[in-house]
Amino acid sequence: MDGEKIISEVMGGGLRVLNRIADSPLVERLGLEDRAQKLVYEGAKRAAETAAKAAKRFRTKRTSDRPRSATKFDLSLSEEQQLMRDTLRRFADDVMQPAAREADDRSAPTDDFLDAFSDLGAIPMAVPEALGGAAEKVSAVSQMLIAEDLARGDMGLAYAVLSPLSFVNALVHWGDDDQRASLLPSFVEGETTAAAVAVVEPQPLFDPSALRTTATKHGSHYVLRGEKSLVAVADRAQWLLVAAEVPKIGPRFFVVERDAAGVEVIDEPAMGLRSAGLGRVTLDKVRVTDDTLLGGEAALGVAGKAAYDDAVDRARVAWGAMAVGTSQALLDYAIPYCNDRIAFGEPISHRQAVAFMIADIGIELESMRMLVYRAAGRLDAGLPCQREAYLARTLCSEKAMQIGTNGVQLLGGAGFIKDHPMEIWYRQLRSIAVMDGNLLL
Amino acid sequence: MIYLEVPKHLRLLVDQAHQVAKHVFRPISRKYDRAEHDYPKELDMLAALMDGLSAGGGQQDAGVGGLRPDEGSTGGVRNGANMSTCLGLTELCWGDVGLALSIPRQGLGNAAITAVADPEQRKRFEGVWAAMAITEPGAGSDSANIQTTARLDGDEWVLNGEKIYVTAGSRADSVVVWATLDRNLGRAAIKSFVVPHGTPGMEVVRLDKKMGIRASDTASISLIDCRIPKENLLGTADIDTKAGFGGVMQTFDNTRPIVAAMAVGLARAALEQARTLLGREGIKVRYHGPLFTKSAAEAELIRMEAEWEASRLLMLKAAWLADNGIPNSTEASMSKAKAARVANQITLRCVELCGGLGYSEVELLEKWARDSKILDIFEGTQQIQLLIIARRLLGKRSSELR
Repeated sequence: MDGEKIISEVMGGGLRVLNRIADSPLVERLGLEDRAQKLVYEGAKRAAETAAKAAKRFRTKRTSDRPRSATKFDLSLSEEQQLMRDTLRRFADDVMQPAAREADDRSAPTDDFLDAFSDLGAIPMAVPEALGGAAEKVSAVSQMLIAEDLARGDMGLAYAVLSPLSFVNALVHWGDDDQRASLLPSFVEGETTAAAVAVVEPQPLFDPSALRTTATKHGSHYVLRGEKSLVAVADRAQWLLVAAEVPKIGPRFFVVERDAAGVEVIDEPAMGLRSAGLGRVTLDKVRVTDDTLLGGEAALGVAGKAAYDDAVDRARVAWGAMAVGTSQALLDYAIPYCNDRIAFGEPISHRQAVAFMIADIGIELESMRMLVYRAAGRLDAGLPCQREAYLARTLCSEKAMQIGTNGVQLLGGAGFIKDHPMEIWYRQLRSIAVMDGNLLL
Repeated sequence: MIYLEVPKHLRLLVDQAHQVAKHVFRPISRKYDRAEHDYPKELDMLAALMDGLSAGGGQQDAGVGGLRPDEGSTGGVRNGANMSTCLGLTELCWGDVGLALSIPRQGLGNAAITAVADPEQRKRFEGVWAAMAITEPGAGSDSANIQTTARLDGDEWVLNGEKIYVTAGSRADSVVVWATLDRNLGRAAIKSFVVPHGTPGMEVVRLDKKMGIRASDTASISLIDCRIPKENLLGTADIDTKAGFGGVMQTFDNTRPIVAAMAVGLARAALEQARTLLGREGIKVRYHGPLFTKSAAEAELIRMEAEWEASRLLMLKAAWLADNGIPNSTEASMSKAKAARVANQITLRCVELCGGLGYSEVELLEKWARDSKILDIFEGTQQIQLLIIARRLLGKRSSELR
């Protein structure tokens, strides 16, 4: 039991007694209030002194073998994160926003854009030095910030480039030595840039923990059967990380080659995220060797379950960050529009009905951001994150949609036509509730 | 380093405040809800206890007394008085909002003093229990329209006017009164004055009967040729039309996260109790699986919890900004707007979820649903917060976005 808890419970007992004294009609009748108060003061002081001393003992004992970082509530970014953020914001504003409309129209990212992103070096930055990358330490917060800033440029394009990054993350987090050695170098060198994670399936009430796609063991092979939905850059991906249910074991990841027999990819254009080049992946009796199980044979045990659960959390934080980034772009666009748009002789932002919608977008955007940041912070601190990621997803699913619909409403007819990016954001923000997988930090 | 957990060094304070809420407030919560206007004598003990805790614990204050503006922090991230106050009050209001508002020497007026007063005044008013008197019959949210006047006569200010809805207005030792030095000069001329009870000319003329927070007294106060020393004007007497409301409004940057903290504590009380009662009916909260395959009750509990977490984190953000000397007006209003409306919705929904048990006086759920409403009204209504936030986001003056 937690040391501080014990101390508090002990104090609680004392407080109950003190409260009884205070409540006693006798104290009042005997004119003892002053003395009783003195008693309470001294009692509380002693209890607090003892508690503080004991807590210090517990604290020094407990923290001695832990890193000293992250003991204070903190919203500031590291210098490195701030630098990356400045770069990516410029990239989002100068490269992505102008490219978004065309990519949406043709339902695919342009090669130019993919090359430009590759030059930013996000993938080597996600791989630790020990594995041949450039990262001193991998950080979920840093990746969350990347997702947020890219989604500020365009959520679909962000999805396209975060997919290979997610594939690499999975290898870094849970791959075994052979898998890392055979796959990571080509990503770090920039030879392979196209890969995707395939978790989401095309059925109502999809649950990433109750997959219909199966992986059944036959000798030294697994046979994969099922369908994966809304996979980014599906047609050009060389590698797919497929989530499948291993009977009697549970959901696990498999590293599958796009060209393996039985893998079929068809276009799956959707309401939004079109610029990601969405595809439906059909797995028809795809035979893969058993060393394609992510993490190797050890992944069949509890470590594999923990990894999969972790991946579910990391996906939720990633999509939450996407909701935050796109909502920020929407708010930044709506504000000057409402200030410039004149109706009834003055800017429409002078009307409370309009201004209050802006205020509400601001509040709920910040609400989403706080929940997402907290979940990511817990990932980096090695704290359990299931609850926080689930709550972040719950809130973002709802608020992202509201912000999307209110954004169009603020622009009126202009929000509905394709001259403005607002309608893209409306379509994209609806995806947050749908996408429960396919990315991971 | 993004890390949004309650810092280790404040966890002891949180636990201690929780023990007070659990063992002092909860047992007498219903008693003083029924006995409105009775003075909760347990609170004298509590004041002694709070003083004892901060004297013995050697750590930050759990109350508003510690809310000093940041004085020359020495680099590094600070989790200081704003955060500890918010966390402490969250716990106390988990116990009872009305009682928390009645803790001697922890009034909102104290927050005003610590926010605006100069060092000499801070010292002179140390240990004073101060209530806050802003609202008038003709000026609620429209606080620039205050009619109460302050006229300098020799070495004394002479106050005249009528104040209503003064929380702890009769129990406190002093009242911080907002008054104008010149009605023609608008906001900039509004200043705050410390008026000790017993000063001739100031009188409590009535105590309101209320729907909620009945353990807290809400007074109407009249000021007729009430004379106070010149030094009782908080801050400066200069009328700086550029700084506008600056001085007195600064108070709100500190007090709005505090009201958010009250809402966060109260909402958690309701959520926890609803969860316990529903748990007995077999409703469990699981943080996995689609929301739509859960029972409606479980899904609702999760949705409320997500909203509650958002308001809690917005409150901590506003407090963190203040602790680190970063301007936080927008965030203070955001935290107050979000936390208050969420607390109101949660407490009302929890009554519904628990049915007759939630609605009857057997449980405290119905009381919390009554208590929560005021949080979306005092220290600036929901609508005033939205106005402030919108003006900031849109870059509008109050003359443009009215």
